[in-house]
Amino acid sequence: MKKAKALNQTYIRQWNKKFMIINHPILGPRDANEFVYKGDAELLNRPHWTPNATKRATYAEQEEFHDYLYLRNNPAGEHKELWYHEQGDRSWLIITRDTLTHQISKVELVREFLKEKVT
Amino acid sequence: MNYSALKVFFQGLSGNKGWKPMWREPEPKEEYDILIVGGGGHGLSTAYYLAKEFQEKKIAVLEKGWIGSGNIGRNTTIIRSNYLLKGNQPFYELSMKLWENLEQDFNYNAMISQRGIMNLFHNDPQRDAYTRRGNSMMISGAGAVMLNEKEVRRVAPFLDFDNARFPIKGALCQTRGGTVRHDAVAWGYARGADRLGVDIIQNCPVLNILVENDKCIGVETAKGTIKAKKIAICVAGSSSQVMNMAGLKLPIESHVLQAFVTEGLKPVLPGVITFGAGHFYVSQSDKGGLVFGGDIDGYNSYAQRGNLPTVEDVCEGGMAIMPMIGRSKLLRMWGGIMDMSMDGSPFIDKTKIEGLFFNGGWCYGGFKATPASGFCFAHLLSKGEPHETALEFRLDRFQRGAVIDEKGQGAQPNLH
Repeated sequence: MKKAKALNQTYIRQWNKKFMIINHPILGPRDANEFVYKGDAELLNRPHWTPNATKRATYAEQEEFHDYLYLRNNPAGEHKELWYHEQGDRSWLIITRDTLTHQISKVELVREFLKEKVT
Repeated sequence: MNYSALKVFFQGLSGNKGWKPMWREPEPKEEYDILIVGGGGHGLSTAYYLAKEFQEKKIAVLEKGWIGSGNIGRNTTIIRSNYLLKGNQPFYELSMKLWENLEQDFNYNAMISQRGIMNLFHNDPQRDAYTRRGNSMMISGAGAVMLNEKEVRRVAPFLDFDNARFPIKGALCQTRGGTVRHDAVAWGYARGADRLGVDIIQNCPVLNILVENDKCIGVETAKGTIKAKKIAICVAGSSSQVMNMAGLKLPIESHVLQAFVTEGLKPVLPGVITFGAGHFYVSQSDKGGLVFGGDIDGYNSYAQRGNLPTVEDVCEGGMAIMPMIGRSKLLRMWGGIMDMSMDGSPFIDKTKIEGLFFNGGWCYGGFKATPASGFCFAHLLSKGEPHETALEFRLDRFQRGAVIDEKGQGAQPNLH
């Protein structure tokens, strides 16, 4: 019985390592089920959209926005992606995860990331 | 060797010793006219139709593992042509027509079983939406029947009709829909293509695509460099990886979709049934197992393995429409890698590199499209212009604003 319980614990630990738990920077380890996947973190780098009612977008600007909106790197391996803690504190996270193993190596808050980017 | 009942009889008399391998195992030649990367359903059917319908010679199919080891071997085997939009529906109807004649065409038993598909609806707006879809199906010649609650009760009395949240009010039914023995499709196409002289080269991963002056000249593989005039990519979940070798970025994300099979049961399901309020679809295999699936897990993955929250979600969907499913034991489940496109519709198109063609973005609807995908891709490869039913599956459709978004979800691949 004790042995079975220990085995079970190892199994859960391995399972958690692989994916199920996201170690939230503020709230600690949370079930991934509380979060919503919001796509590649590249989406944070939105190109500037200068055209307005009087100035039409140039071809290059349209192209740039198309690439931003529709094309993805879609790597097999390490992937930086956005997760939204919908059933928690509603924070946005950048999670570095391996798409081949589902293992999460880094979790950071988007607001911290953007702060660094601005300064 | 043509298969027939007589052959089976005589082979039975002689101890079944006269059967020969269904395809050769050739070494790659130095050069081909058309090189197909990816020996799954779509790659093999492309090779088959190229050789048979378009009389192309010198074709090879390169496969990383063994043929049919990808999504053709791990889907829920449903065929149907019940789409709404005009960019999609004629194409899937072509596919359905090819399915109906497939076994005679390639002389192989693919166990095509047109038991019908029922899309349940639970409220008035949904009935209106399904009526609209049914009309679109009838325009394309696919045929559609609206069943009321009584008629659904007659064929599937076990459903939870009086569910408090999602009472079943009827269904949109396509009687020509059904299921197919999925592996047999790959084997049948492989045998058919091989008999027409196509080289099927297994265990031969492509390591690089050779491009000179914006022109594709060949591929580097584990078995040496192979030159080709035209290179056709149909690698499903690995699309982004392979096209990246040629420096192209695609409107595709790879996601994992799980499928499930229960223990074998006596015949209970009349055909394919889909839930209208959640994402759940179920059919019964010829062995008796209930084969079912639901949503993709929702995050980028190449792992061919999903996670438990989605398992729970799919099983909840099953319990919501047919509570009796809870009495059967789940035998096994598995995951496949889907090339989810930005609008949920596929691509069959040239690329900006001359001689490089792309077929992908099938999301989780690639199996039913296998014959038409191969046929239309072969048409494009051979004649240089798209088939009339695949005119809108273009790679530049997002630039032109000509998306084919059946669900209206926008550029959110995990929601399609």
